[in-house]
Amino acid sequence: MPLRAKVASSVSRTAAALSRAAGRGDGSVIGGWIGLKIDPDLLAHLAAGRAIALVSGTNGKTTTTRLAAAAVGVLGPVATNGFGANMPTGHTSALAKAGQTPYAVLEVDEHYLPKVLVATEPRVVALLNLSRDQLDRAKEVAMMAQMWRTALAQHPGVHVVANADDPMVVWAAAGSPAVTWFSAGQRWHDDSWVCPECGSPIERQADQWWCTGCSLRRPVPQWVVEDEGVVDPRGAWHKISLQLPGRVNLGNAATALALAAQFGVRPTDAVTRLSTVASVAGRYAQVVRDGRNIRLLLAKNPASWLEAFDMADNAPTLLSINARDPDGLDTSWLFDVDFSPLRGRQVLITGDRAYDLAVRLEVNDVRFQHVRTFGEAVRLVPPGRLEVIANYTAFQDIRAELDRVL
Amino acid sequence: MSSDSTIRIVWIYPDLLSTYGDRGNLLILARRAALRGLPVQTLEVRSDQPLPTTADIYLLGGGEDGPQALAAQRLIADGGLHRAVAQGSVVFAVCAGYQLLGGSFFAKGTRYAGLNLLDFSSDRGPTRAVGELGGPIDPRLGLPPLTGFENHGGRTHLGPGVSPLARVTTGIGNDGTTEGAWRGKLLGTYSHGPALSRNPAIADLLLRWATGYDSLPPLDDTWSDRLRAERMAATAAS
Repeated sequence: MPLRAKVASSVSRTAAALSRAAGRGDGSVIGGWIGLKIDPDLLAHLAAGRAIALVSGTNGKTTTTRLAAAAVGVLGPVATNGFGANMPTGHTSALAKAGQTPYAVLEVDEHYLPKVLVATEPRVVALLNLSRDQLDRAKEVAMMAQMWRTALAQHPGVHVVANADDPMVVWAAAGSPAVTWFSAGQRWHDDSWVCPECGSPIERQADQWWCTGCSLRRPVPQWVVEDEGVVDPRGAWHKISLQLPGRVNLGNAATALALAAQFGVRPTDAVTRLSTVASVAGRYAQVVRDGRNIRLLLAKNPASWLEAFDMADNAPTLLSINARDPDGLDTSWLFDVDFSPLRGRQVLITGDRAYDLAVRLEVNDVRFQHVRTFGEAVRLVPPGRLEVIANYTAFQDIRAELDRVL
Repeated sequence: MSSDSTIRIVWIYPDLLSTYGDRGNLLILARRAALRGLPVQTLEVRSDQPLPTTADIYLLGGGEDGPQALAAQRLIADGGLHRAVAQGSVVFAVCAGYQLLGGSFFAKGTRYAGLNLLDFSSDRGPTRAVGELGGPIDPRLGLPPLTGFENHGGRTHLGPGVSPLARVTTGIGNDGTTEGAWRGKLLGTYSHGPALSRNPAIADLLLRWATGYDSLPPLDDTWSDRLRAERMAATAAS
């Protein structure tokens, strides 16, 4: 590593440590930010010599990255940005902090995938899904798919591991010479009714989908979720015992196994490591408070709300909605979510934008109570499970109230 | 209203024009009709299906440039909406759907013909209008102020044959001065997505237009009232 990069890397680690010590954050951004100021090519220098996998998509990035890092860990030490700091500053911090490791698994914000492809020259890229997210500023879904497709075309040596169930992902990946397809399921279909290749309607029947105007259709997946396990490309079924809830996380586990297989990890060796992951940056964390077993679920956009309903128990549920900058300022998406799975449960609502949610739930025939604070919600539910589903900053607020549970 | 007294509401092309919770407007109209004991039937018509011409209310949502241009071509070729409007149907359009009602609009850098149902045209503005949108509504409609969220790159220029829906006090709307447009039973707004969730009085106006009733029994709008008050206080403070 050039001297400038060594200095930058060292300063980056120090800044991250200082940030943590000062209680200003987990240090996963500030260190990289300073390091990149000293050496703009620091990420490329830190990436050199490592076998790297990138994980990108609208939903499931953080969890899949965590599971994939656990699976690749079979082979040796893995650097990873486990706290969701998924832009180049976060990647730089993660690699600097980890020191020399043969492997790295990095979560990448979908907008930054082209840039990080160039900087890190990964061996594998996993593409999870694309759906509407923070529409007041994010690129539209079709533009994002186009951006990925163009970027991947410039890196033909990268092995792509992609979700066969999402037409936008399939189209983005289809130009790459080496693709492994997995089936992780897709509950949300409302961003892929129009073919990204030709503009014709896309038809769906059971698991299958196809364009009515061109040859784009669901590829045959080599990795498939089946019952409580995953079928590998040889047809062998592996039981998956996760601490993380829901079928969505079985899909994330299948993705992690498919990714790790590209590094030579056998699924039989990886499955036990997947079961060690208990929570991911506070997500799925369970906290006992006043006899209530509180579980935290993050839901940032319509697709991830559907997934959260799938994971949640039939139990009292607190929903919290903010619309601050990191969340997106627009709450219109609340009407893209069908909240009817919550009918019949005790539902409490809170957050900066609880009234937007109140109007939505009323139209959805879901009864609810409005509470001002998280503590009030805890007092209003009986002892036992309390599911908490919140969007990004609302989730962070509740995490802070629960003393930064991890 | 059709002879069997059922209010028929058509959501036009949800496969193309549904980007920001647009379904909300359909759900809100149906619910507010049902709570008054008015029979209601909703229909979602995809862009590869012919548009029925005998519905009472037609809804147009928002969309990206490509789908917006496609929707314009298909609606012009179909002709059903023009026939329905000629027979007195109600149209409520938001965002990209609002632009479609005019003579022309810009998408992907090209001018496209609109449906020419209202006297206005749209082009590109110097900046994207993203944020809260609000202001007093045309007093002839007798409604409380408009409040909503806008996200569009267009500017809309009204002709003499159409009235602005509202005067802008927050946001951009048509051009920073006026917002939306209406004439007869056609109403369009840049307040996008589930615009009726913050403006239940507009929902009731559409239902009155569709039924011909001068008034409808009031509903418990506690939560929408709180939402409106909270949003208007937030925009006044900023």
